[in-house]
Amino acid sequence: MNIIVCVKRVPLTQEVDLEIDDSGKKIKEDALAYVINDWDNYAIEAAVQLQENQGGEVTAVTIGNEDDEEVLRRALAMGADRAIRIDPGDLVLDGYLNASILAKTITDLEYDLIFTRVQSEDHNTGMVGVMLAEQLGLAHAAVCNGIEPEDGTVKVRVELEGGIDEVSRVQLPALLTIQTGINEPRYVSIMGIRKAKKKELKVMSLEDLGFAAEDLTPQTLIEAVFLPPETEGAEMIEGNPAEMAEAVIRIMGEKGVTV
Amino acid sequence: MGHIFVIAEHRNGEIRDITFEMLQKAGALAQDLSCSVTAVLLAGANESFGENLAKWADRVLVFEDDRIKTYDSDLYIGILAALVKEEQPLLTLMGHTSWGMDYAPALAARTGYPLATDATDILLEDGRPQMIRQMYGGKLFSRVSFSPSAGYMITVRPGAFQTDGAGEKSGEVVSQNLPEELESPRREFLEFEDTAAGDVDITQADLLVSVGRGVGDADNIETVQELADLLGGTLSCSRPVVDKNWLPKYHQVGTSGKSVKPKVYLALGISGAFQHVAGITGADCVIAVNKDKKAPIFRVADYGIADDLFTVVDALKEKTKSG
Repeated sequence: MNIIVCVKRVPLTQEVDLEIDDSGKKIKEDALAYVINDWDNYAIEAAVQLQENQGGEVTAVTIGNEDDEEVLRRALAMGADRAIRIDPGDLVLDGYLNASILAKTITDLEYDLIFTRVQSEDHNTGMVGVMLAEQLGLAHAAVCNGIEPEDGTVKVRVELEGGIDEVSRVQLPALLTIQTGINEPRYVSIMGIRKAKKKELKVMSLEDLGFAAEDLTPQTLIEAVFLPPETEGAEMIEGNPAEMAEAVIRIMGEKGVTV
Repeated sequence: MGHIFVIAEHRNGEIRDITFEMLQKAGALAQDLSCSVTAVLLAGANESFGENLAKWADRVLVFEDDRIKTYDSDLYIGILAALVKEEQPLLTLMGHTSWGMDYAPALAARTGYPLATDATDILLEDGRPQMIRQMYGGKLFSRVSFSPSAGYMITVRPGAFQTDGAGEKSGEVVSQNLPEELESPRREFLEFEDTAAGDVDITQADLLVSVGRGVGDADNIETVQELADLLGGTLSCSRPVVDKNWLPKYHQVGTSGKSVKPKVYLALGISGAFQHVAGITGADCVIAVNKDKKAPIFRVADYGIADDLFTVVDALKEKTKSG
């Protein structure tokens, strides 16, 4: 079972004050720390587990600059066999262009399954995987939280709203978008990442893939970004811990919850 | 006259709320654009959902066939792509739901119409739609425009638009034939399974003490459970806690877990992703504790404490014990 897994590095924004840059169209990214997109960690683990059980090879693909290779090295350390980085240069990418670039990268590779994230932690669009499937003419299932190979097909669980899973059978080759919680991603040590440096990591440009400039027009554009209005929201409780606890107990009492 | 399409979503014989929320917004946009609202329904034979939608649309196009009784990826995309190519709607609205995320991007790719996802609002700029959406888990908003096209596609966040009462239209219900050259599905539906049933019923609790990613470690769950016990509350959690196997799924509040309606919801170390917030709209009072004073949870909470959750948990335990 040959599997391609698409991964991405994202800025860590929890517990960070975001600042908007001078263009007004994106945040200042220089000071942020970067991590693997949470969903991708599960997607890599799912691919490596299938490879361990079924044989075959795992190829990790990312679109990004040299710093983004960190996420590929991590995938290699987790058990991927090779990695490909597509360098988009200065091009501003939307979901459509991400899918188009991945489609051209993957189309000549051998695969039975492609795994992508349900969504990325930065733009949260949740569209690249399924768009990629359509561009490659593949069967697909979005938001998968279970995968079981069954002679020439995969039985998948799709997570619906309200705690309901939809179980279905998908013909191969197929693309699945992987939901968090599907497995327990393995620990990656510094030593593991160092060892993985011996594995193949190929870098390609958009020209290498045969893109002409006119093929690279985005379908959507961010006109402006803005921080949520500060005024709305919670009444903040201040004071020392005992005072805060007292306020919480009092509010609970007012709402009919007595301790 | 152009059309705005709304693709209906239904499960187990019921039209889902997102459908009416989209129809409500479509009605407002249609007035500004002087165009009509078309609801599109794919359903099993003789399910007669169409009449429900007619109150909200100028026209209801109904495809009835037992092959589409439940959602089918390939058939939805095939049927809708043929319809969109024929009718060229100016705007197509779909739910930003698990199923919407399954077919909308493929439908956009097949028709060539640009797609933007997860709208919390839709605006018009020179007769062309723009949309507002959130990024970075709700910490940043953005306004997104489309490159010029015959039509545009948007998926809509559940709960983003409110419906006010019953619809007042009486649209014509038009039965449609499935396209003849439909490819056979490559994905076969087997069954639905309820994964959220379990030992604890969080939907009936008056007080929920709820933990999120901020709890940091499985070992820290216990101290929060102790607090819940002392306060006479029930322990619940947000998605990351279940993803990491720190608590079973039946504790999970949110879109993919359960919707709850306690008198008080005490959110400890929960950032407030919209999928979580969607599950607590029925709570009478939300008190949030989070180290990050910019966490989105504070925008929906009634009361907030910007501090370490363990500081507050320990103080509450102290307070409760000392009476």
